[in-house]
Amino acid sequence: MESRLVQFVNCRLLRDHSIVKDDFWVRNGKIENPEKLFFDEKVQADVQVDCQGAIIAPGFIDLQLNGGFGIDFSHDIAKVEEGVAKVAKGILAHGVTSFCPTLVTSPAKLYHQNLPRIKCREGGAHGATVLGVHLEGPFISPQKKGAHPIEYIRTLDEGFQTLMDVYSTLDNVSIITMAPELANAPAVVKELSNRNVTVSVGHSMGDLRQGEIAVQHGATFITHLFNAMLPFHHRDPGLVGLLTSDAVPEGKTVFFGIIADGIHTHPAALRIAQRTHPAGLVLVTDAISALGLQEGTHQLGQMVVEVKDSHAFVAGTTTLCGSIANMIECVQHFAKATGCSMVTALEAASLHAAQTLGIERKKGTLQFGADADFVLLDDDYTVRSTWISGECVYKNPQYNK
Amino acid sequence: MRLVIQDNASEVSDWAARYVMRKINDFGPSADRFFVLGLPTGGTPLGMYKKLIELFKDGKVSFKYVKTFNMDEYVGLPRDHPESYHYYMFENFFKHIDIDPKNVHLLDGNAPNLEKECVEYEEKIKQSGGVDLFVGGIGPDGHIAFNEPGSSLVSRTRVKTLAQDTLEANARFFNNDISKVPKQALTVGVGTVMDAREVMILITGAHKAFALYKAIEEGVNHMWTVSAFQQHPRTLFICDEDATLELRVKTVKYFKKLQNDNIGPSDTLNDAHFSPCDGAQGKTQYALM
Repeated sequence: MESRLVQFVNCRLLRDHSIVKDDFWVRNGKIENPEKLFFDEKVQADVQVDCQGAIIAPGFIDLQLNGGFGIDFSHDIAKVEEGVAKVAKGILAHGVTSFCPTLVTSPAKLYHQNLPRIKCREGGAHGATVLGVHLEGPFISPQKKGAHPIEYIRTLDEGFQTLMDVYSTLDNVSIITMAPELANAPAVVKELSNRNVTVSVGHSMGDLRQGEIAVQHGATFITHLFNAMLPFHHRDPGLVGLLTSDAVPEGKTVFFGIIADGIHTHPAALRIAQRTHPAGLVLVTDAISALGLQEGTHQLGQMVVEVKDSHAFVAGTTTLCGSIANMIECVQHFAKATGCSMVTALEAASLHAAQTLGIERKKGTLQFGADADFVLLDDDYTVRSTWISGECVYKNPQYNK
Repeated sequence: MRLVIQDNASEVSDWAARYVMRKINDFGPSADRFFVLGLPTGGTPLGMYKKLIELFKDGKVSFKYVKTFNMDEYVGLPRDHPESYHYYMFENFFKHIDIDPKNVHLLDGNAPNLEKECVEYEEKIKQSGGVDLFVGGIGPDGHIAFNEPGSSLVSRTRVKTLAQDTLEANARFFNNDISKVPKQALTVGVGTVMDAREVMILITGAHKAFALYKAIEEGVNHMWTVSAFQQHPRTLFICDEDATLELRVKTVKYFKKLQNDNIGPSDTLNDAHFSPCDGAQGKTQYALM
């Protein structure tokens, strides 16, 4: 952590939903208010950093990441701490400063072994902050299993008790994806949201009404919109209909993850989502162990996947099983496909993710007092450098300074 | 007294900024000898600040050894309110230059004891050796700082209750809601500014023309407080053509002739020969009317 007062100059900032030309002040890992430094403390910067015209945006937050760099959080059980650390370090190059390691549907014993070992951890030079685990399954619909192994999919027969039997603990858990149509789901959603776990609906055959009931019970997120759910139909809009539902409690925003890798979601579908509910759009990579790896065969959970032509399939099938695009590629693709502003694209990868977890005062923002997690970008979304708690944790070798 | 007339407001800003730069550089301030600058807020000086920032960025002037004293501030307005003069000065000037925050002085309109704040402000000015150059603007009613019509011409820094006219004029900065306009302000007095070694007053626009006429062609009058500076040995009014509309042709011609004879056009300000106010040789430059 940098304890000196650092002034970043010659930069543009994403602040208050616009990009403004201003200096950026950091001390002790937090973003400082220069007006207070000037008039209250009457201090000047200890160090000035010339950003050479770069844009400073909040560090990206990936709410759904299954692994990468050969590591699969759901499969590489023996050394899961090392695996998480390796991925946390690797994604710094993509501008990601915080993430939720994601476990796909797995047998109970895997949760029992793994969950206590994937601890929330502050980021730094060692890697991005671990915000908590995203548990995707096993309480999902077998018909919308995607790449999840069907034999481990469960129902919520005894409600919350079943959930606890399977997971064993909710410590270190940030998000749980479940199908809202399961029996006892509404009560479980309510119990989880009371415990500050973000509930996401997904991998579901649910209709809009079931989605709305989940939202009314505390669900706030939709897992990879359009994927692993019923397609939008004008008389039966399904979970997609939550984007424009009038049954969402007033003042509440339903957020939705979307995989903008150019494969999982058609550009037209991206545009539909972006234009109907821009404030809720959260870019997630849903990337798998093959992220950052060559084409070939890799392990995802209990299954074997095949990477071919930038696509990842369940081996021997044509079922997509997760993306291999990194976050900055998703931001680039999203901006290009939707023609949205830079502010919109960057906030979809930062602010909205933080809002989903209710941590927007600390993360996903450059507001004063927030954690100094940020990324220096070019206008074409090239990452120049990544910073956590005011410390440079990644420097793009193309920008030798 | 001197009057400098420029073609338009932008040239006034430019001239004023270069003048401030010139004064600082000629003074040659150092760690044990600071240049003390009095500063205004408002629409008129905004261009001057912009230009000074440019000059700073071009390396032509530094504020490292400059102390500043601002003229006034509202009472009870949060410091970070966009209409506060702290906010104005920080956003439009201080954050862009190399001034040490310790050398910046503004009246604190949120001080627990406002009278004490004013007394101490005068004291601080004195301790820093007095103001070398006080820059000011004026209102259409000829007021300088918050010394509104009727203020004593020997007044010192104090709490002022604002006139109804001022509240109405300022309502536009507060969502046109007059109830939100602060009713009081802290302001340096006319006497405080008179103590400065030199005073430069910026006046632009036709709506200030009558005030300029009152300031320089009529007698000293406490209903037009800026007129007090007729009696200051080194006062410089810098205005645009529009602001001269109420002046007599004779007055304008006289000062324009002075300008041409003595200093040439403003772009020669960088010229080493130009020294409009240095030393006591203000015979022509400061000719009394």
